[in-house]
Amino acid sequence: MLADVWLVTNKDLRIEWRSRVTFNQVVPFALIVLVLFGFALDTNRAVLRAATSGVFWLTVLFVAVVAVTRSTMIEISDGARRALLLGGIEPVAIYFGKTLAIAIQLFGVELLMVGGVIFFFDATIASWPLLLATCVVATWCVAASGTLLGALVANVAARDTVLPILLLPVLAPVLIAASRAFDDALGVLVVDGWVWLGLLAAFGIVNATLGTLAYGTLLEEA
Amino acid sequence: MPIVELRDVVVLLGRFPALSGLNLSLNRAEVVLLQGPNGAGKSTLLRLCGGLLRPHSGSAVVLGHDLCTARAALRCRVGLLGHDSALYDDLSVVENLRFFAKAARLPPQTVVAALDRLELSRQLHSVPVRQLSAGQRRRVALATVVLRRPELWLLDEPHAGLDQEARNLLDELVAQAVSAGATVIVASHDHERTLNLATRTVTIVGGAVATQAQTAADTSSNRRL
Repeated sequence: MLADVWLVTNKDLRIEWRSRVTFNQVVPFALIVLVLFGFALDTNRAVLRAATSGVFWLTVLFVAVVAVTRSTMIEISDGARRALLLGGIEPVAIYFGKTLAIAIQLFGVELLMVGGVIFFFDATIASWPLLLATCVVATWCVAASGTLLGALVANVAARDTVLPILLLPVLAPVLIAASRAFDDALGVLVVDGWVWLGLLAAFGIVNATLGTLAYGTLLEEA
Repeated sequence: MPIVELRDVVVLLGRFPALSGLNLSLNRAEVVLLQGPNGAGKSTLLRLCGGLLRPHSGSAVVLGHDLCTARAALRCRVGLLGHDSALYDDLSVVENLRFFAKAARLPPQTVVAALDRLELSRQLHSVPVRQLSAGQRRRVALATVVLRRPELWLLDEPHAGLDQEARNLLDELVAQAVSAGATVIVASHDHERTLNLATRTVTIVGGAVATQAQTAADTSSNRRL
């Protein structure tokens, strides 16, 4: 099963490498959003610093919508999903493979965004381990939910607009927990970031379990 | 034992009955030409036999697998060439075939063999699929079917978009598959072409089998259902 997971991940990452959608469109989009938030809040540096975590993770959610849409489109275009089903790969492996591919792309974008908030928002990092752990766990949560909901809306004609409407509310707990953990990592709020990270991990496990149970059915019914 | 055994099968696409009370029984090494007007249910029947659809009622067994309970196990044993090429546009020809070969746990040599059988020139191997012509895409799509050596071939308008040379090649591949024991179902409007291959014609109208006839390749008996 792990070989199949990596096969799907490798395929999606290779397609991304060829199309450069994340690199050419998503990264600039994320940095532009950060800069615009910076412009909007720049008159009050204290507010900007306090809002850094929320702005960061809100931007990640916007980026995630683009990444999930792209990941879903890979399978929809030209009937590739049919070939994937006939290919003999277990749906669970497809689910985790696609989730991992989205997570790797998002994680790469987040690393660039961390540089962005340090440069544009003058942020200082109080705890690199907490910051990186939050990025890893929250990214998994976002990718796991996104892959599942992407399969859910795959056959909906207006999926481009339906997906954000479904995905963003589902990811509200991730936004809250990841922002609080980041507040601790950036040293802007006295909270226990590791507790929030634990909540994120629980959310990630629930999402992965739901995906394991439901993705196969969604893939077949779509 | 029949390869395909469908009894009173109903398939709903939304609320629309794409197949309504269809009965069909196919044996090993048969080549069946599905014919009928647009929207009759030919493509739906192929997708059903490929394990991509579940019957809403009736009994459906393909290659010994019940389509209500064991579609995943069936899918590994069929090859479906549909209207679309079912390839990843941003991957090259070889990358697409390697992906499907690995997914099916086939050795890398099967990719080379499939490329050779489809006479896809070496210059095309590293070309992204999106840069191929429609006919070349069709050949690569056929290569993904060929490399898995399916026991049941499901071909939906297989000659569409192919030049004369590729059509001849496709006919050869079908003949070879049948001689190796595979069963082939072809949905086509190109009757003249496909009749040369077929051992039986099945006409579908309104989601049910209207007539079946043995072709010259078999007997000349014709029975109305």
